[in-house]
Amino acid sequence: MSVDRKIKVLVCKPGLDGHDRGAKVLARALRDAGMEVIYTGIHQTPDDVVNTVIQEDPDAVMLSMLSGSHNALCPLIMDKLKEHGIDDVLVAVGGIIPDEDKAFLGEHGLKGFHGPGTELKTIVEFVKNNLKR
Amino acid sequence: MTEYDKIKQDKEEWEKSISLKKERKQSFKNLSEIEINRLYTPNDIKDFNYALDLGFPGQYPFTRGAYPNMYRGQLWTMRQFAGFGSAMQTNKRYKFLINHGNTGLSVAFSLHTIYGIEATDPRALGEIGKEGVAIDSLKDMQTLFDGIDLSKISTSMTINGPASILLALYIVTAEKQGHTPEELRGTIQNDILKEYIAQKSWIFPPEPSMRLIIDTIEYCTKHVPQWYTISISGYHIREAGSTAVQELAFTLADGFAYVEAALERGLDIDDFAPRLSFFFNSHNNFFEEVCKYRAARRIWAKHMKNKYGAKNPESMRLRFHTQTAGVSLAAQEPENNIARVTLQGLASVLGGTQSLHTNSFDEALCLPTENAVKIALRTQQIIAHESGVTDTVDPLAGSYYVEWLTNKMEEESENYFQRIEALGGVVPAIKANFFQKEIANASYKYQREIENRERTIVAVNQFDQKEPCSVPLLKIDEEIANEQINKLNKLKEERDNDKVKEKLERLKEAARGTENLMPFIVDAVREYTSIGEIINTLTEVFGTYHEDSIF
Repeated sequence: MSVDRKIKVLVCKPGLDGHDRGAKVLARALRDAGMEVIYTGIHQTPDDVVNTVIQEDPDAVMLSMLSGSHNALCPLIMDKLKEHGIDDVLVAVGGIIPDEDKAFLGEHGLKGFHGPGTELKTIVEFVKNNLKR
Repeated sequence: MTEYDKIKQDKEEWEKSISLKKERKQSFKNLSEIEINRLYTPNDIKDFNYALDLGFPGQYPFTRGAYPNMYRGQLWTMRQFAGFGSAMQTNKRYKFLINHGNTGLSVAFSLHTIYGIEATDPRALGEIGKEGVAIDSLKDMQTLFDGIDLSKISTSMTINGPASILLALYIVTAEKQGHTPEELRGTIQNDILKEYIAQKSWIFPPEPSMRLIIDTIEYCTKHVPQWYTISISGYHIREAGSTAVQELAFTLADGFAYVEAALERGLDIDDFAPRLSFFFNSHNNFFEEVCKYRAARRIWAKHMKNKYGAKNPESMRLRFHTQTAGVSLAAQEPENNIARVTLQGLASVLGGTQSLHTNSFDEALCLPTENAVKIALRTQQIIAHESGVTDTVDPLAGSYYVEWLTNKMEEESENYFQRIEALGGVVPAIKANFFQKEIANASYKYQREIENRERTIVAVNQFDQKEPCSVPLLKIDEEIANEQINKLNKLKEERDNDKVKEKLERLKEAARGTENLMPFIVDAVREYTSIGEIINTLTEVFGTYHEDSIF
């Protein structure tokens, strides 16, 4: 992508969980790193996420999940994005993602899997290095 | 020269005469960003007045403890928060805990139950039984407490939006066991204000939510006299990233807001206030935590007496449950969390907690396994029976540092109360995002300090071995969700649906008026109306709530 455009990132919390400390801290860190950040807030259904992606056209979508619903919701989000022909957006999921689920989520095109204790700069670098456009 | 002047002079000379080693840090700050001095002396608590500031345990202002002889009389309740999968699985875990010396139950509910959404609702996808036990109706509740005598054990239920419904379910479950509401002991969290502030599992807008809470207070005062009607919670505020001072101040401010709402309903303060309880977090900074609990008791007592005119000392006695800080647990070398939990648990005991949940070391990774839960419970038992800290009441009192810090935390809380009042009170401050912004700022700052190595988290940002994690994890069977859906569908075929419809109509009618809704909810759950059906009915009248997504 051209250097004069800001990277645009959507930070989302899918599912019913309200633990948004991580999502908010990450949103602020990405903003402080010079990115344009939209935070959807909590309680996002897969349709909510996809609709926001369509409206906002972000370069990256960062899903924060802590309640164990990642295997059910993340593939659904990926399928729905595909249905809308969206395949050039980096979609990452972080939070509490057990190792054994990473391969399954990876098969569906998800990346990242940053867990508790990850430094914010690691995630900032990850976004910069994994953009698809 | 006064004694204080002499100490001041001597201290200055001491600092000059000894060669201080270069200190490890420019400044030493606790987690509330309070600057900690090198040494505390009587000069730091010059106005200290034993009778006014501390008094005796069990007496106003309760700084030294809620009860006269504290743990010499009775140890705290060891209450491990538990719930996962199906009601049957969790019932088994409860019996395991009771057999190992757990003295009270504490129910963690599935997220769909917390929002009052039926298992069959698409929004429940992937969430059923993952973070707590799946409960949809009286049928599940009866399974959950099967073989557990509800007149013998006290039960705490972490439930807020649908708290009145879960209380009704508990009452009717006990009724089916042959017990009256008067016999029941327990707590519903029922603290909606901290949901808007931090935990985010609200259902309705603040005003009807407050009505439901005051309904439960009024109902329990008359019918379930041993029940704690709200557990006013700082735990989640802290987990959302607040400082200790913010946790203290925001929680007590919420408490005052409930008191004011109940007074507005026309209730007498000394009728309901003795059944309010609190729930605090215990984080890593040991003395800060101890002082937080001591300050909490004193602030509450003073306000209840002086501002709200309570006459009964029971109304001024702040009682609290503590849970060690989930947010402090590391996923790296998770066994180290056992040491963290020990210190946090010890702080809560030295701060005079009435009940305690110690986190399991694997909770940064999953819901706790049985082995991890056992170690957590054993940690409490070791503090209680081996450490000797329970032999005397409030052993840290009189320390210059502890009394100074207790005063400081009280003072900073009072500053927050003034700021909240200037915004028009707690509900307007929520709508203005005041708390949410304060917490978001504090949590970002804390994270930055960790990343800048200004704060050390062992094996996370220092002494990091980068060893792969290898503890066994608890896995929730995905089949639970299908079972739950089938159970609910079957229930709807078997129950008297005309009666359910009638009860829901009556509830809706009452919700439109100003009557106390508890009797209508009790009647509805008795007919096996689901939690989701009751919430949907109330939502038609009350509406829903959305917050601004600030960060």
